[in-house]
Amino acid sequence: MNIAVCVSHVPDTATRIVIGKDEKSIDQSGVTYIINPYDEFAVEEALKTKEQFGGEVVVISVGSDSSKETIRKALAMGADRGILLKDDSPRDSFSVAKALADEIKNQNCELVFMGKQSVDFDNSITGQITSELLGYSCITIVVDLKIENNKIIAEREIEGGKEVVESELPAVITAQKGLNEPRYASLKGIMAAKKKVIEEKPALQVDNLTEILKMKKPAPKSPGRILGSDSTAVSELVKLLHEEAKVI
Amino acid sequence: MPNKILGILEQREGKLKKVSFEVLSVVSNLASRLNLEPEAIIVGNEIENLDEALNYGVGKIFHLKNENLANYSPSGYADVISEQAKELNTNYLVFPNTALGRDLAPRISVRLNGGCIVDCISYEISNGEVIATRPVYAGKALIDVKLKSDIKIITIRPNVFKPQKKEKSSTASIIVKDIQSPNLKTRTIEIKKSEGKLDVAEADIIVSGGRGLKGPENFYLVENLAESLGAAVGASRAVVDAGWRPHNEQVGQTGKTVSPSLYIACGISGAIQHLAGMSSSKYIVAINKDKEAPIFNIADYGIAGDVLEILPKLTEEIKQIKS
Ligand SMILES: Cc1cc2nc3c(=O)[nH]c(=O)nc-3n(C[C@H](O)[C@H](O)[C@H](O)COP(=O)(O)OP(=O)(O)OC[C@H]3O[C@@H](n4cnc5c(N)ncnc54)[C@H](O)[C@@H]3O)c2cc1C
Ligand SMILES: Nc1ncnc2c1ncn2[C@@H]1O[C@H](COP(=O)(O)O)[C@@H](O)[C@H]1O
Repeated sequence: MNIAVCVSHVPDTATRIVIGKDEKSIDQSGVTYIINPYDEFAVEEALKTKEQFGGEVVVISVGSDSSKETIRKALAMGADRGILLKDDSPRDSFSVAKALADEIKNQNCELVFMGKQSVDFDNSITGQITSELLGYSCITIVVDLKIENNKIIAEREIEGGKEVVESELPAVITAQKGLNEPRYASLKGIMAAKKKVIEEKPALQVDNLTEILKMKKPAPKSPGRILGSDSTAVSELVKLLHEEAKVI
Repeated sequence: MPNKILGILEQREGKLKKVSFEVLSVVSNLASRLNLEPEAIIVGNEIENLDEALNYGVGKIFHLKNENLANYSPSGYADVISEQAKELNTNYLVFPNTALGRDLAPRISVRLNGGCIVDCISYEISNGEVIATRPVYAGKALIDVKLKSDIKIITIRPNVFKPQKKEKSSTASIIVKDIQSPNLKTRTIEIKKSEGKLDVAEADIIVSGGRGLKGPENFYLVENLAESLGAAVGASRAVVDAGWRPHNEQVGQTGKTVSPSLYIACGISGAIQHLAGMSSSKYIVAINKDKEAPIFNIADYGIAGDVLEILPKLTEEIKQIKS
């Protein structure tokens, strides 16, 4: 089976966000980038699927040169080869998805894994858009996956429980934490990844459908009150919640 | 004839969800400010409280009905909603930012050739256009975004926009359309509910526990407090990773993003990834024995003491005030 896994290169989740001078993006100084945490679950699932059915896992990322580090990380985990769809300018999910769909078609992949969400813009829509563009089925926020013949049975997380969803290949699956335990890249894997090919080509040129007018920090919360250090403060807390905040 | 704005409502087990009324209120508000005709779509089988939806200032509500669409089917719902939207020639669509709305909105965007802004928490109108504000980087920043496409789609975060009843409009009516053989290529075959508990993503009050609880055997203290408040139980990643609590309770950057009216953090340090998921809560209470813990920087009220001692007392006093 030809399997694609799409990975995005995002600021480390511990990054303190500082708004850039353009007031439309973040200040890049001192920001370290990592593979999007949800994409590690996607890579792991792609590798497990290959182990079961055979085939090849190709890692695809849309971004600038630095995204190669994230592709390399997936290669070190065990993916076979990488493709960087190069574009230095910012893209929204629509133009990322269009570039991905175009390349997935070229690569003839019938199964595509993505993360449920990129922890930079938290859009959580790239998988669905890509599937629509390809005419593939799509199951999102998946925490359990079984594939048999052409049939897929997946569990997706919803409010208050899980939906068990049935569908068919070809398909896009977006991975949620809980789907699997991503393997660590072994030293051997890291060495092997250095020899694996990352093909570089320009990303399909398309227009963004959204435009960021301004980026800002949320209004700071005014510092609260520490009411005490033992259970004698409980009565005051309950009183404040009831009378001042009126939330209980 | 004015152009249209369509709200996409959500039902579960044949009942409209609260967020549907929030969608209707946003649709009605945008309609009056942009001079659009407000209408709505609901997909499902029998829906017991659908009449209530007529009290939120929206005209026609199209009920796209089929017994096989009682539960969510991505293919089925996307087909019928996009066809209905095309038939109505709508300019705007508003979805709830729920597991269902977030799954559907981008699919419909592609079919209608529109763009989509997700997780909107406020908006303004400028030169006849909607400028939506939404959190990015897990709430560490906000962006103001506009759509450049003709068809514009937004999803609204639950619990942020207040449902507002309006006088029933003269055109208010429910139009039932029976759907013939929906596309069930992708469909729900079973729903596994998490043991009758309230989900953090939907709760108005959340009591969360962290490593300060010392062990899974003490989480009954968090559960008891939650029960006395009618609240959901949440957890930090540290205790989820340790296997003390299930992942669906995890709040934070790689868990759920929540904005309840009240969030009580018990024995949680307030790591940046945890704050990312809950800092937009209306009121935050922190109980932590370390008064330097970062959680106190965003808490409205705090007690710098031992959770094991404070939780039973707090539960008792809440029970008293409730009785
Ligand atoms: C990629 C990534 C993603 C992450 N995503 C998330 C996420 O989604 N959600 C999340 O929560 N974390 C997330 N984290 C983890 C986060 O960085 C913290 O490790 C985690 O939130 C800590 O959990 P905690 O507050 O329960 O534990 P700790 O940080 O160990 O804090 C325990 C607190 O309890 C207090 N305490 C101890 N004993 C008592 C007592 N008897 N009474 C009162 N207080 C007491 C201590 O003073 C301390 O402040 C993520 C990390 C990474 C790297
Ligand atoms: N630039 C990108 N290149 C490759 N894949 C991406 C890119 N951006 C997003 N994705 C994929 O889409 C998923 C969801 O991202 P998003 O919709 O942006 O939240 C991610 O987890 C990735 O799998």
